[in-house]
Formats: sequence, C-alpha cells, structure tokens
Amino acid sequence: MADLATEATEATAPVVDPTNWTCPAPLRDQPVVVMGHGGGGALSAELIEQVFAPAYGNPTLAALTDSAVLGLGGARLAFSTDSYVVRPLFFPGGSLGDLAVNGTVNDLAMSGARPAYLSTAFILEEGVELAVVERVAWAVGAAAEAAGVIVATGDTKVVESGHGDGVYVTTAGVGLVPDGVDIRPQRARPGDAVIVSGPIGLHGVAIMSVREGLEFGVEITSDTAPLADLVAEMLAVTKDVHVLRDPTRGGLGASLNEIARASGTGVRLSERAVPVPDEVANACGFLGLDPLYVANEGRLVAFVPPEHADAVLAAMRAHPQGAGAARIGECVAEHPGMVVVSTGLGGTRVVDLPLGEQLPRIC
Amino acid sequence: MKYIDEFNDPDLARRLLDEIRATVTRPWALMEVCGGQTHSIIRHGIDQLLPDEVELIHGPGCPVCVTPLDVIDKALEIAARPDVIFCSFGDMLRVPGTDRDLFRVKGEGGDVRVVYSPLDALELARRHPDRQVVFFAIGFETTAPANAMAVHQARRLALDNFSLLVSHVRVPPAIEAIMTAPSCRVQGFLAAGHVCSVMGTAEYPELAERHRVPLVVTGFEPLDILEGIRRAVHQLERGEHRLENAYPRAVREQGNPAALRMIEEVFEVADRNWRGIGPIPASGWRLTDAFRAYDAEHRFDVTGIRTEEPAVCRAGEILQGLIKPTQCEAFGKACTPRTPLGATMVSNEGACAAYYLYRRMTDTPAQQGSRIPREEMNPVG
Amino acid sequence: MCLAVPGKVVSIDQRADPLTGLIDFGGVQKQACLEYLPDIRVGEYVIVHVGFALQRLDEESARASLELFEQLGLLEEEFGDAWEQAARQESGSEAR
Repeated sequence: MADLATEATEATAPVVDPTNWTCPAPLRDQPVVVMGHGGGGALSAELIEQVFAPAYGNPTLAALTDSAVLGLGGARLAFSTDSYVVRPLFFPGGSLGDLAVNGTVNDLAMSGARPAYLSTAFILEEGVELAVVERVAWAVGAAAEAAGVIVATGDTKVVESGHGDGVYVTTAGVGLVPDGVDIRPQRARPGDAVIVSGPIGLHGVAIMSVREGLEFGVEITSDTAPLADLVAEMLAVTKDVHVLRDPTRGGLGASLNEIARASGTGVRLSERAVPVPDEVANACGFLGLDPLYVANEGRLVAFVPPEHADAVLAAMRAHPQGAGAARIGECVAEHPGMVVVSTGLGGTRVVDLPLGEQLPRIC
Repeated sequence: MKYIDEFNDPDLARRLLDEIRATVTRPWALMEVCGGQTHSIIRHGIDQLLPDEVELIHGPGCPVCVTPLDVIDKALEIAARPDVIFCSFGDMLRVPGTDRDLFRVKGEGGDVRVVYSPLDALELARRHPDRQVVFFAIGFETTAPANAMAVHQARRLALDNFSLLVSHVRVPPAIEAIMTAPSCRVQGFLAAGHVCSVMGTAEYPELAERHRVPLVVTGFEPLDILEGIRRAVHQLERGEHRLENAYPRAVREQGNPAALRMIEEVFEVADRNWRGIGPIPASGWRLTDAFRAYDAEHRFDVTGIRTEEPAVCRAGEILQGLIKPTQCEAFGKACTPRTPLGATMVSNEGACAAYYLYRRMTDTPAQQGSRIPREEMNPVG
Repeated sequence: MCLAVPGKVVSIDQRADPLTGLIDFGGVQKQACLEYLPDIRVGEYVIVHVGFALQRLDEESARASLELFEQLGLLEEEFGDAWEQAARQESGSEAR
C-alpha cells in the first residue's frame, strides 16, 4: 500500500484550471415517467402542473387540499381519492388494505370531515394467489370498521401476468364537513402553533426494513391508523383549526412546505421538539435519509391559533392516536414559503421540498 | 458510549465555539474536503455559528458529483442492455449523463436496482446466473474496500456474470490539485475522517509540509467538526502547518491493514477525470490486470465512449472558494434549486443551494409570499 | 463522501465467508462484513460503511476527546465568564 501512496504523491503536480469546472445537474424534464413522479415531492407537483392541470384544472382542484370540499344540496361534502401501490403488500404493522382505507379516511379528515362512505377498486394481476387477495380484502373490511366507514361500492379488474404488481387498490371516499369548520392550507397564519400528532417516520422505516435488498431488523411498525376521531376531538376544542395535513409521501418536510407555499407564510420548527423515535433516527442515519422526509400513514400536522394551542394539544394527547402529540414550531411571517429548522446546536437550516423519492445515499 | 449522542452535545459545542472565537484574530479559509462533512455542517447549521473570521469552503469530496460524464454515459449504455441488472448506490441514479440519467433508463425498461452494499449486487449475481450483474463501483478510499471485496469474492466463487464499472477517486491527489491551483484560497484542510480510517495518515504529513498547510483529520458529528476547525485555526494563528488527528477514535496512523491489503490486490493507481475539475494524475484506482475480466468497461465494450463536458456553470471556482455563488452570473436567475445548472445548486448542502436558500430566508420581504406559483398545486391524494 | 455510522457488534458468524456479523445501530440491526476487522469481538463498536465494518472505535480515545472539550470550557472560565467573553468576541466581530 505504501507503494501506491508514494506513486501518487510523486506524480506530476496536477494543475486545476478553474475556468474549466463543470458539474452535473439532475434532469428535470423527463420525457418518461420515473419513480420520483410518485414521490410526493417536486416531481409530483410538476407532473400535476404540466400534465393534469392544463388538461382539466379548475378552481376546486387547485384548492390544494387533501380532499375537495364541495357544496352539494345544502351540505358540505368532502371528497377524496387515492391509489395504493405498496411493496410488500404486508408489512410490519399493516398491509395494503389498511393503507387503502386509512389513507382516504385521513384525506377526508384533513378537511375536518366525518368520513362516511368509501369505494374500493381492485386491480389484480393474473396469477396472484386468491388467499393474498382475501387477506387484503379482510384488512380493508377490518380497517373500514375501525374507522367507522362503510364500503358502499367497488370494482375489480384483472391485468395479465407481468402487467401489475400483485394487487393495487384505489379507494375514494366522502364525508360531511361540520358547520363552521374551514380547514385548508391557505388559512395558516403567522403565530399559529404547529402541532404534530405523534412520532414521525415509522411507516417509511417499517416499509424500508422489509424492502428487498435493504432488509434490516427493527422493532417498529407502521403507524397506519384512521385519524378522523382524533380530528373530531380537536374540533370539539375549537372549530377554528386552520390547517390539517397528513404527512404521507414526502413526510413532514413536504407537507409543511406545501402549507407554507399555499399560505405565503413561513414555518419555523425546533428540531429538538420534533418527535423522532430513536429507531427512525438511527435507520435514517445509516441510510442517509432525513426523518423529516420519511412517510407517515397515521399522523397529522395541525396549524392552530396560539390561544387554542394548549387545549388542542391536551385533547390530542388524551386520544390514543395523539398520545405522542407535540408542539414542534410556529407559523411566522418571515421567509414566506419556506420551512426553517432551528437545530439542536442553535443553528438553522432550510427544509426544502424534496425532489422525488428518498433513496439511500453513500455520500 | 454510543459514539453519536456524546458528540452532539450542545453545551460542549458551545465550549468549542467559544474556544474558536477566543483563538481567531483574523480571517481564515478552511476547506472541508468531504461531502459528508458538508452535509453535517449544513444539517446542524454549524457554518452560521462560527465567528465571521472562519470561512468554510465546501470541497469536491462527493463521489457522486465528481464521477465524470463519460463514465455516467457508459453506465447508462450498460444499464439499458436487456441482459443486464445494473446495481448502484441510490444517490447515483439522479446524476445526469449527456442526455438522460439512470432513473430514465429504469423508466424505459432497464433493470436498474438500488443496493445498500456491493455484496448485495454480488448476491444478485449468484441468484441470477442467466443475467449480467454490473455494480457501479464509485467512491473514495472509504468505499474501495467494499468494492474490492465484491470483485474478489466474485472471482473466488467464479461468478463470471458479475462485473464492476469502476470510477474510484483518491483524496490526497485532489488536495494536491487544489493547493497547486492558481489563486488557491484554501489555508487549511479538514481531512476526511473515514477515508483515513481506511488509509491511515501516512500520506498527509508530507502534503502539509510541502504546501505549508494545516491538515486536520476530522470526524463527522458536530463536535468532531468543531474540533477539526478549532485545531486548524489554532495552527494557523500560530503559523504552524502539520497533520493532526482530531478523530482518533476511528483513525489510526496505519489505517486498516486488512483493507489496505485487499485494495492493493484488486486496484492499481490510475489517472482520473473529475467531473467539474478535469484530469488529475494518479487520482484514482482501476482494477489490476488480474481482475480485468471483471471490468464492465471491457466486458461491454464501452471503453470507446468519450464525452466532452460542456461548460455550464462556475461551480469549480465556487468549490475552490475563488468566487462566492452570488458572483456567478447565472445564480438565482437561470440557476436555482428547481432548475440547477450545477452540482453546487443540486443538493441542499451544495454551496450555491445553501446560499440561495439562506438568501431567500433572510432577504425576502414578507409580502412576496402571496405570489404562489401555480406549480405548487397539491400532488393528487 | 462516505456516510459511515457507528454500531455495536451483536454477534459474529464465524462460518460466514466473508466473515459477517450483526451490528446494532441503536435499535436497528443490519448484517455487516467483518472481514477487515478479523479480531473484532462481540460488544465492541465499529464504524460501518456500505455494509462493511471499516474500523474499530476506540473508547479511550473517544473519552479523551470529550474530556478535552470539557476542559476547553474550564480553561475559558478561569479567565472569567465564558458567555460574557463569547459575547464580547461576538460584538467585537460585528463592530468590524
């Protein structure tokens, strides 16, 4: 080895020409769909902006909410849909069936709605064992019962072997928004307390721990859970909750960026106040990920006027889904559209909208 | 002792910062060579806590960013072949070649897989004897023992369907290149701790002496970085220039002898092109003749791919601390984090991106926030 | 470059080729190649990069570093209040 070292240092002294440096930039205008388009970050937003919005954009769609709130026959109806593609289908703490119900229930709840009815559409791949489909179906049934919603209609299609990934499920849901409730990202105001309902990153880390090629041992499970009950408890304290969001793909970081940009406010977090379980922090440590960008399936982040913050937080902590709730920061007038974290050492860093999916890094 | 929390202690960080403030009397420019240290500095906001006199220049120590364009183009060519499973570390997938990246090759049907370790790629080769499994062996000295072990095992197990696309780079020649560059501003180096965990520190005293520059082997937790800075500043204030090891818990002078033996068996020193820097003599490794059969460049006959890099941005000057990002004509105009022209604008720890974000944070008047770009529409669902 | 993290050796599979062990990263467990640290023992800490243990972490050195940091503060305090001094330094640099 010493020989290698000597050889290197004795080589001709290289000359760096500072005018000749160039460096790589990621390609943004992909002509084909890449995985990052489904990552809940900037690429997802661009897909909507460049493809869907021009084709059928309208004020309702542009409202930036997890579920649309529609005036219908004198009532305010919350309406949402979501497709679920997860590998593996069954993971520590849940399954595709749980996600398909809880995800849509939670999107409805983020408008303050009481979810009532769901639809389910299954896309099955030829050759998948019926027992697998049955397990997913029973998980849907159990999750619907737990969330207090009724599966009112459904559909099934089969695609040829190799054209699907076992089972895909799409659900849509409706619910009623109580009078006096107006929850949407545009309502974030400087001074609002930012509250998260529990420890973050559990779902993403649980999924990664069983993903092929990445397997690691960790005793945590997905946080997948319905949040409508928790939201009802919060609204019982005050109907003046400004914003609710369930930080799924893209994690808390993406959700807070969306809220900051939609409302034209800034968000300031205290890193030490954000509840990150040790296992999540350590898994993220060796994979090189930021827990703020890791997916959750049973958490919400709330913007609440400061005068109600303590009471709302207490109500959340009294509920099983909010037992680990914490006030993590506040909405500010400074740096609009940006999320800034005060680090444990007293410095600050900016948490930007992630580009696409999070991948393990070596650098 | 868990070796993480202890080295994140805010009280001790304050003591180190106090000591740096008490020591420094005039401006000094230090370079942290390693991208991992840059990441830690930005993540913990360390750069904002330092006294104004201490300037940190983020060095070219990111193996992903310095992998040259023609090697990326070779990777894309190989990965697109129907008989190939192309394995890579995750952060390599988004680095663009001439006209596409590995994400796109994957989107177009290429079998591109993210692995955590090169041994995972080897395992794929074992399980798929009918496919060619290629591992994109990039990295600095830290990653070399892992990549060397993978190809060594492949030969031992006669896994002839496994090969490496090698783009290995070495730190000391890069330091040499930076120090001999015209108008170099770097006055002290935080040397990369984990590189030295493998290589030891034997190469560094001579570098420190010849260039009269302090070299402090530095770790990655906040206290480690502050201690590296403290020692470098201390040396500079006293007019000293020598090697110091501020990361003794993980770095021994002799490195890791078993790992060094493996590297020596598998790799030999070669000239390398650094993306954004250009060619640096003896700055990399390639497979030795004994392992040439496992070299993907030869196996897939892509040695002929030679791509010239277009000059697009002034990242090189910024990386050397010759200019501030704000002095680049494209900064904040053609070049933003959403439309980056260079690596320094790509990731949040890149010098340009950090400048851009902090300038927005501190300079933007509140009323501008009401202009919400259309693109921020909610991702459906 | 080089994301590498400390972990504790939980078990070693002597029959594995290359030598492999289970490493605990604070509640997260992952196999790593121990071939480059053939003398490593269960209970010791190693630094792991892309699935390879690259170096043994030396507890004595770690403690010595932390003690040094503690002493820096104490030395400072002999000359008066460390915070006051820091504040003076800060205002001094702002005045420039």
